[in-house]
Amino acid sequence: MNNRETVILDANEAVASVAYRLSEVVAIYPITPSSPMAEWADQWKEEGKPNIWGSLPVVAELQSEGGAAGALHGALQAGAQSTTFTCSQGLLLMIPNMYKIAGELTSGVMHVTARALATHALSIFGDHSDVMSCRTTGYAMLCSNSVQEAADMALIAHVASLETRIPFLHFFDGFRTSHEVNKIIPITDEDIRAVLDDKFVIEARERALSPDRPILRGTAQNPDVFFQAREAANVYYNAAPDIVQNVMDRFAKQTGRQYKSFDYFGAPDAERVIILMGSSAGAAEEAITYLMSQGEKVGVLKVRLFRPWDISHFLRALPKTVSKISVLDRTKDPGCVGEPLYQDVMTAVSEGLSEGTHPVIVGGRYGLSSKEFTPAMVVGVFEELKKFKPKNHFTVGIEDDVTFTSLPYDADFSTEDPKTIRALFYGLGSDGTVGANKNSIKIIGQQTDNYAQGYFVYDSKKSGSITTSHLRFGPKPISSTYLITKANFVACHQFSFLEKVDVLECAAPGAVFLLNSHYGPEEVWNHLPLKTQKTIIDKKLQFYVIDGYLVAGKTGMGNRINTIMQTCFFAISGVLPRDEAIEHIKKAIKKTYGKRGDAVVAKNFAAVDGALAELHQVKVPTAADASFDIQPAISSDAPEFVRNVLGTIAAGHGDSLPVSALPAGGTFPTGTAQYEKRNIAQEIPVWDQDLCIQCGKCVMVCPHAVIRSKVFDPSYAKLAPATLKAVKPKWKGMENDLYTLQVAPEDCTGCRLCVEVCPAKSKSEPKHKALNMAPQVPLRETERENWKFFESLPTVNRDVLNHNQVKDVQLLDPLFEFSGACSGCGETPYVKLLTQLFGDRLYIANATGCSSIYGGNLPTTPYTVNKQGRGPTWSNSLFEDNAEFGMGMRLAVDQQDTFAKNMLTRMLPVIGEELGGAILAADQSTEPGINAQRERIAKLKGELSKIDSQDARNLASAADALVRKSVWILGGDGWAYDIGFGGLDHVLASGQNINVLVLDTEVYSNTGGQMSKSTPRGAVAKFAAGGKQNSKKDLAMEAVSYGSVYVARVAMGANDTHTIKAFQEAEAHNGPSIIIAYSHCIAHGYDITYGLDQQKAAVQSGYWPLMRYNPSLRDTGKNPFQLDSKAPSIPFKEYAYHEARYTMLVRSHPEMAKDLLREAQDDVERNWRVYSARAAMPGRGETPNVAPPEKEGAVTPLGQGGKA
Amino acid sequence: MVDLSTDYLGLKLKSPVVVSSTPLSDSSDNVQRMEDHGAAAVVLSSLFEEQLDLESRALDRNLTRGTESFAEALTYLPDYDEYRATQDAYLAHLVQVKNLVAIPVLASINGVTPSGWVKFAQDVESAGADALELNTYSLAINPTIPGKEIEKQLVELVRRVRQSIKIPLAVKLSPQFTSIPNLAAQLDAAGANSLVLFNRFYQPDFDIEALDVMPRLAFSRSDELLLRLHWIAILYGNVKADLAVTGGVHTADDVVKGIMAGAKVAMIASELHQGGIDQLQEIHDRLTQWMEEHEYASFDTMRGALSRRSIPDASPFERGNYIKTLSSYTLRQ
Repeated sequence: MNNRETVILDANEAVASVAYRLSEVVAIYPITPSSPMAEWADQWKEEGKPNIWGSLPVVAELQSEGGAAGALHGALQAGAQSTTFTCSQGLLLMIPNMYKIAGELTSGVMHVTARALATHALSIFGDHSDVMSCRTTGYAMLCSNSVQEAADMALIAHVASLETRIPFLHFFDGFRTSHEVNKIIPITDEDIRAVLDDKFVIEARERALSPDRPILRGTAQNPDVFFQAREAANVYYNAAPDIVQNVMDRFAKQTGRQYKSFDYFGAPDAERVIILMGSSAGAAEEAITYLMSQGEKVGVLKVRLFRPWDISHFLRALPKTVSKISVLDRTKDPGCVGEPLYQDVMTAVSEGLSEGTHPVIVGGRYGLSSKEFTPAMVVGVFEELKKFKPKNHFTVGIEDDVTFTSLPYDADFSTEDPKTIRALFYGLGSDGTVGANKNSIKIIGQQTDNYAQGYFVYDSKKSGSITTSHLRFGPKPISSTYLITKANFVACHQFSFLEKVDVLECAAPGAVFLLNSHYGPEEVWNHLPLKTQKTIIDKKLQFYVIDGYLVAGKTGMGNRINTIMQTCFFAISGVLPRDEAIEHIKKAIKKTYGKRGDAVVAKNFAAVDGALAELHQVKVPTAADASFDIQPAISSDAPEFVRNVLGTIAAGHGDSLPVSALPAGGTFPTGTAQYEKRNIAQEIPVWDQDLCIQCGKCVMVCPHAVIRSKVFDPSYAKLAPATLKAVKPKWKGMENDLYTLQVAPEDCTGCRLCVEVCPAKSKSEPKHKALNMAPQVPLRETERENWKFFESLPTVNRDVLNHNQVKDVQLLDPLFEFSGACSGCGETPYVKLLTQLFGDRLYIANATGCSSIYGGNLPTTPYTVNKQGRGPTWSNSLFEDNAEFGMGMRLAVDQQDTFAKNMLTRMLPVIGEELGGAILAADQSTEPGINAQRERIAKLKGELSKIDSQDARNLASAADALVRKSVWILGGDGWAYDIGFGGLDHVLASGQNINVLVLDTEVYSNTGGQMSKSTPRGAVAKFAAGGKQNSKKDLAMEAVSYGSVYVARVAMGANDTHTIKAFQEAEAHNGPSIIIAYSHCIAHGYDITYGLDQQKAAVQSGYWPLMRYNPSLRDTGKNPFQLDSKAPSIPFKEYAYHEARYTMLVRSHPEMAKDLLREAQDDVERNWRVYSARAAMPGRGETPNVAPPEKEGAVTPLGQGGKA
Repeated sequence: MVDLSTDYLGLKLKSPVVVSSTPLSDSSDNVQRMEDHGAAAVVLSSLFEEQLDLESRALDRNLTRGTESFAEALTYLPDYDEYRATQDAYLAHLVQVKNLVAIPVLASINGVTPSGWVKFAQDVESAGADALELNTYSLAINPTIPGKEIEKQLVELVRRVRQSIKIPLAVKLSPQFTSIPNLAAQLDAAGANSLVLFNRFYQPDFDIEALDVMPRLAFSRSDELLLRLHWIAILYGNVKADLAVTGGVHTADDVVKGIMAGAKVAMIASELHQGGIDQLQEIHDRLTQWMEEHEYASFDTMRGALSRRSIPDASPFERGNYIKTLSSYTLRQ
């Protein structure tokens, strides 16, 4: 490495830094894993950081990627240097504009974290499916393979775009490169200045639209000239490859880093060559270095400039000696001749090598959705190439036992440099492990001559999630673009992981093992599973324990053991001398936490100082003697598919599943979350049956459906475990039965919402309620048995319960349980309620977002079935189209109903009037009515089975459609207010009988809290770091404006009965309905244990007025608009300032915070005047232009000159 | 013409009516109005060290909660390059107020750790405070710490703060000490320039319906003054430090009583919350009137007139008073 300053960062930050400095307009929209680039741009703008020309770029969030591309196009046309960041489906939404931008020969760069496209399933991980969809847009496509290259290519792309007039799509692998932390040489302003000639910027500006030299661009052309005009662009594309190479050469002169549009690495006289793009190059180079050392003539051709593809550049880079080529594509093109890169290579070779013998060329797929790609696989590919007739259209990295495409390879083969220290950390999301490791990388990478790399693997669960940190340090640059499988250091930051994860699987012989354990060095051994004991002995591991939580407790760190574990890592890994390391850790603490205040620095310092005293080496016995072992992730009583397939995924071994194990087309059974016992709660609620008033509130608010109640016949009590609690039910007519409230101990996340909502307090010790938290471990066994018994009890007859009352509704089975949502989630109680009320006839169309992730992320899924086997059927199409997707479901349901009715009418003479007529005339407005219809349909099917005719078979297959169905469209505010709003609006206007549930968290929660149009005024969010300047969109009133849509705004924490009523009315309304549900969220910045209090405060302050608009009330002469909450009784501030999203602005922009708070209070008051006036309208009261009668002191609606 | 001026903490004040530490003075406009209506000096509201600690920890918790757990959302809130801490806002407010009014402005701090006290004391001195009032209000709830230890810590803190700044130092005490004269003597020796008697103990209220305990801020009443008068009258003449009365001062009569007990100044807050800042003007006018009517030319002749050492019969301040009160009560039965 030369003497230039180095930095430790990931590719997203490195690329954003270049793009930001070279832009005047940045159009953004969040999508994983590109969102951090947009967040950086927004933050730098907020900090006043100028671009290379000294001005502050404009950073604007749009309503979708389609919007961002439109804005990008417009900004480019009007002459501003502009950029955007995106990937996956977001990139697809940009394609229409990409054709335009390229067709108009417009310079401009978009940076893409290449990501899988949603096909049979959504994937947020990296491959080239998205960028490959852009091949024909006319964009130049430039690929980078590492963090350093991403920074470099970002600059090269911007400069080359200006010089070629062709827009560039610069891409790098999502997550692998975008999120990998590495030591790189940053691009300085001087580097940019040296490579960029402002002449081209000025030329671009002069080509732009301006009324001072008006032009017209974007004509409609006819058959006479369109073709020729299209061909007129050829000269630019022909010239582009040389220009790009020229920019690369100038870049090399400035920085010393030389790139080629096709870069070759390997033996100059290679016979076998692989061709690929992206981060896989790192693994390929490692394998090739090894194979060359063994005398093999191999090499890799890395494609950087994928478009425009230049045959001469390509052939020049390819060794003349090559006889066999394997082209590796990180994408799948079903039904094609071969994947895109393969096809290009085939064409280039056959076109370019007009004479002589052509090499043998085969193509294969690898690495879809960030599937690991290792040097071992590269060796496997080269081995295949040795064959006379190597396999074509192969796959590598998986086992394809269906169409037998996969290549074999030696999974144990490793090229890890022995001088590189490899460390693996297992942490809990909430314990700070990843943050500490990022700091450690900075310490080692910046304070020593070592190179450093960090890659982090996260769980798909949002609560109790396991993180794995893969860290490499060494004297040589680290380009290993794959996970660590042979670690010199393994740390397990949570003792409970040992129960279910083989954390030592990747420990190298002689490695150091650090365990956070409340058992000391003398006693810990007896608490280790057998396999763990054996591994420690067999691999001769050096074993250390630290009681991290003891130190954390003493030093005020709470559950954050990050600093403590980091100190221990440095103390025993030997990466740095101990004292020096501690000095650096403290410096890093000061740097990271200093701005948060002295108290935070002080407690972290105390944690460092306290850590070493509790760190002990364990004397390892010579024999393993544990009586227990690591438990399977899925219980053994699960169905075979769940056990064998989902269980393998849950255990972290999904990579080993062959193709045959997985369903084609992405269809999975529901009801599988029940088999994955996660045991993540430290404490669970314990019921005091004597205090309980059986109100059902705890059951209603439980986000994970782990606390449930039943009323059962006392005869079952005989079979109950001795510890099961039951009391006399407080229901009329059930006095002779028993009531029980049971917790699923292994599924509870310990969020405490149930305890917070519980209204029953002890009269002599009010802190004791009818529910109280107690440690889970001592309760686990007994409560597990109780839960099992509870599940075996019959469900209360739904027909005898009042479905409008919280108490009764909470005896209905939830058909949504044990999701991976955040502990204390504010959304899931609404989803659960939906399934309790209508679950057995429920279709769900789910927008992409939190609710699709906790609703449908493998391994297990939370939607389940009732005792009759019925339950919600669920699907996620995309983000932007969910309303339309749901409407399509409704159309299909209605059409099948009509079809079945027609068939039945036709078959009446055969079926008979009594049954057939009853089915056709059935009143299904109530649940008993629906149940009666179900019985008739069963009878009908019985009759039909006796008839051998096409009509009978058709009717039998469609007969279920004759039972009333409920179609619900679910999504968050990002969908409803922004990207999906056009569709939502259309569907609400359609008059179709669909129901919409908006889980309103007021930000894009799933991608990390970016602003949506639901974000309230004065709150900070990503993309609104200076506080949202305008008020939240009133989606309810927009829907009300149609007059035919049922609309409700609810907040369960403020009024649970109101919420139930709204759900019932929405479902009953024979037309479109929408419920906007206040959903507290971790992104609001407070402990969501108190989420229900905040919901209440939101309503009390008037910020979130509860309302219902029921068009059917108009039929009875009533005002359809009902305001269901009282006039504001507390100031907005008293609600808002419990949340960091508001108070952070006070700390960062105090004056702005003051202004926005005042305006937000004005919003509340203004809205209240409008709402109360609307609710006060007499009778049908719906003539919108007539003001309510003026009364002395009465509030007057907006626009009438009134003032509260 | 009567002379209302007095000196307190070595500062020349135009009257003995000082605005006690109150959130009202968090607004610069209010401080301006206090001056306009005759306040002789203003003590700003207290900066609490615990509050700074709590804020720092809360900020840390809020920024880290849920982070680095889930691949799509590694953080949930934007993080800034710097955060304005409450002490920065406090100091900025102090500077602003100093630029706005001519009357002396006293800063008030309430610390927990020795380093916290000293640091903030130096900060407020640098920001231009005319004097500093240490608000030593704390709750002794730990049964293992004896009263003597608490007093020792307090005296040591005062000594350290005194040594670290040049501006005058007032110490505001709570009435819950066993030997107030002894403590006063120790604080005097430690360099306190004034003793402010007494802080008010904010007691939470009980909600017997909800079985809950709620914080409740009750305004002071004139009858709370008696405790203050009692101890000022006992301390007067026995300490070098100035004495100030606070808690229960509502009227001009209360001011006169305070001065007759031996105080240099009387501090007022609750009355301003209830009656408005312009009450200061009324008190000022009434005070002038009273002095004219009773022919006092200045406070010098009045100060300490009813202190323990100045009255012919000191028994009301002693145990005898207690007995007398009780027996007179019995007699009235």
